[in-house]
Amino acid sequence: MLEQYLGLFVRAIFIENMALTFFLGMCTFIAISKKISTAIGLGVAVVVVLGITVPANNLIYTYFLKEGAMTWISADFASVDLSFLTFLAYIGVIAAMVQILEMFLDRFVPALYNALGVFLPLITVNCAILAGSLFMEERDYNFGESVVFGLGAGVGWALAITALAGVREKLKYSDVPEGLRGLGVTFICVGLLSLCFMSFGGIDI
Amino acid sequence: MSDSNFNKDSLKNTLLVAIGLCLVCSILVSLSAVALRPMQKANKELDQKQNVLRAAGLLPSDALVDAQGRDVAEIFASFEARIVDLDTGEYVDGVDVATFDPIRAAKDLSASTELLKDEDAATLGRRENHSIVYLKRDANGGLEKVVMPVRGYGLWGTLFGYLALEGDVNTIAGLGFYSHKETPGLGGEVDNPKWKALWPGVQLFDAKGIPALSLVKSRSPEGSAAAQNEVDALSGATFTTKGVENMMRYWMGEGAFGPYLKKLKAGTV
Amino acid sequence: MASAKEVLVDPIFNNNPIALQVLGICSALAVTVQMSTTLVMCLAVIFVTTMSSFLVSIVRNFIPTNIRIIVQMTIIASLVILVDQVLQAVAYDISKSLSVFVGLIITNCIVMGRAEAFAMQNPPLLSAIDGFGNAVGYSLILILVAFIREPLGSGTLLGYEIMPLVANGGWYQPNGMMLLAPSAFFIIAGLIWALRSWKTEQVEAPEYQIAPNAQYREAL
Repeated sequence: MLEQYLGLFVRAIFIENMALTFFLGMCTFIAISKKISTAIGLGVAVVVVLGITVPANNLIYTYFLKEGAMTWISADFASVDLSFLTFLAYIGVIAAMVQILEMFLDRFVPALYNALGVFLPLITVNCAILAGSLFMEERDYNFGESVVFGLGAGVGWALAITALAGVREKLKYSDVPEGLRGLGVTFICVGLLSLCFMSFGGIDI
Repeated sequence: MSDSNFNKDSLKNTLLVAIGLCLVCSILVSLSAVALRPMQKANKELDQKQNVLRAAGLLPSDALVDAQGRDVAEIFASFEARIVDLDTGEYVDGVDVATFDPIRAAKDLSASTELLKDEDAATLGRRENHSIVYLKRDANGGLEKVVMPVRGYGLWGTLFGYLALEGDVNTIAGLGFYSHKETPGLGGEVDNPKWKALWPGVQLFDAKGIPALSLVKSRSPEGSAAAQNEVDALSGATFTTKGVENMMRYWMGEGAFGPYLKKLKAGTV
Repeated sequence: MASAKEVLVDPIFNNNPIALQVLGICSALAVTVQMSTTLVMCLAVIFVTTMSSFLVSIVRNFIPTNIRIIVQMTIIASLVILVDQVLQAVAYDISKSLSVFVGLIITNCIVMGRAEAFAMQNPPLLSAIDGFGNAVGYSLILILVAFIREPLGSGTLLGYEIMPLVANGGWYQPNGMMLLAPSAFFIIAGLIWALRSWKTEQVEAPEYQIAPNAQYREAL
């Protein structure tokens, strides 16, 4: 059992990296990767939010939205299938979670709030967060797997953005052809990073 | 706004907008979902039947009708679906074949068994207790083809497919995958029609009745006993090839369909 | 106020959402391996962006400021569900290969970005045109990427063989990398380079200037 979770965790980080193999969360990935320190801040925020929202959405999906999910309320609901509402429910949960997390941090952990505060609102519209929940549904993860997958996907994304920020900090001293400067060369770096991550393929624990 | 008292940020308006929006959106979304559901359901069923028929080699991979112009529903009508208990190899009645999904069953703790490392050749983690088979019989009731769902871990992820056997329960009639994540051009060549064409006619078991199918780099000399059990490996895709081989050995072995196939061959089920 | 033509054409080249604004590449690059999936994705994005800009603009005077984001989000999510349901009903194969990426249109920054930045201040028709223009600018890049990836990667375009593969007895040895994720990044970088060589005002200012060597005589 533990082995299976560990395997899933490693796969979520390296093999199915959200940013580098599925192009998810690219807007923020490119925009906020100029400095390592901010990149780490955003990365941690993504880990936290993914780690909370994927399991939360998993519960909502299994107990409310899936076909026949509401039998625990009454057997009459066995044929109710609300799975077409998943997008709305997920994005609502994500927005609400981010808001609650923000208020909670502000009240109880002000130090962390100051470090993550600016990034939290950005995260609601980060595709990687919504994708975490959608992948969870598509791959039929159970609750335990969703926790592991959410955390793993977050760690993978954080790792990727930190690596990119490291490259870009060095890159600003180099003499890049005019048209490629900034965005262009960043894309090339992301492409190379993505190639590097492909070498993790076939890892099996 | 002509109404000078209108304040869009008032509590009343906020609540009104929120409730109104929810109502309009939910009606719109529910209507579309309810109206389109029958079509979606039909699509899903058609897709699953297509997968079975393509694996069995009864339907070309790029068309919806076979050479005689029969459509999927028509060809599929000649198949009979049965649920099989993998441990005993007997048929199970009382389970709805239309809604049974072996992959979902494998996730269900009460309908599956955890596999130990040494029994888990195809790296599945858990195996469903019951699976489904599709049988095609000829006019005299003799077995013509049997199709079974198979799956196993390749390089990047699990390959899902169907294996079709001829009536002798030994000769392969076809193998097809409907979902995999293998590298395009290398492991992804499992979809290549040329490679798939190598499968029909290969023998699953050796003379002693043990699953012996193997994927090899160079085949044994034509006519030797070993050559009957061999298929060419995919060049440049060691992990995928190994995965397919393990998958075949696992699903045809004692841990999965083995007991059922023995009984099917002996004619006792 | 900008003319309708400007609003329509501007985002296609001068202010391209992908090449200049870095918006919305998230959800869609993953589907550019095949032209057919790309086209469907583009149509879906164009529909959602145009409609959401239009609808948000209609109700813009009634939307309370403090819940405006969630209102926009709900409108967009409903439109996306509509698209997803229709795709599942009429184009099941394509909807299967698009998998979660249809749903991700919700968080596509272009849709949200246009609703928030343009549709909240402008009349419905103009907003719809703006949404359409941006979505087309975005689609253009995606279609270009797919137009490079599919033929080079598998020798086909829209599923029709244009360069017979060696494996099928032809002459073309497919470039496997084109089918993998990294190639999309390289192609986009190339497209940005090409666009900026043409429209030089889009070149970014260097972040860091290497100081001239103060003791150049020693260097000589």
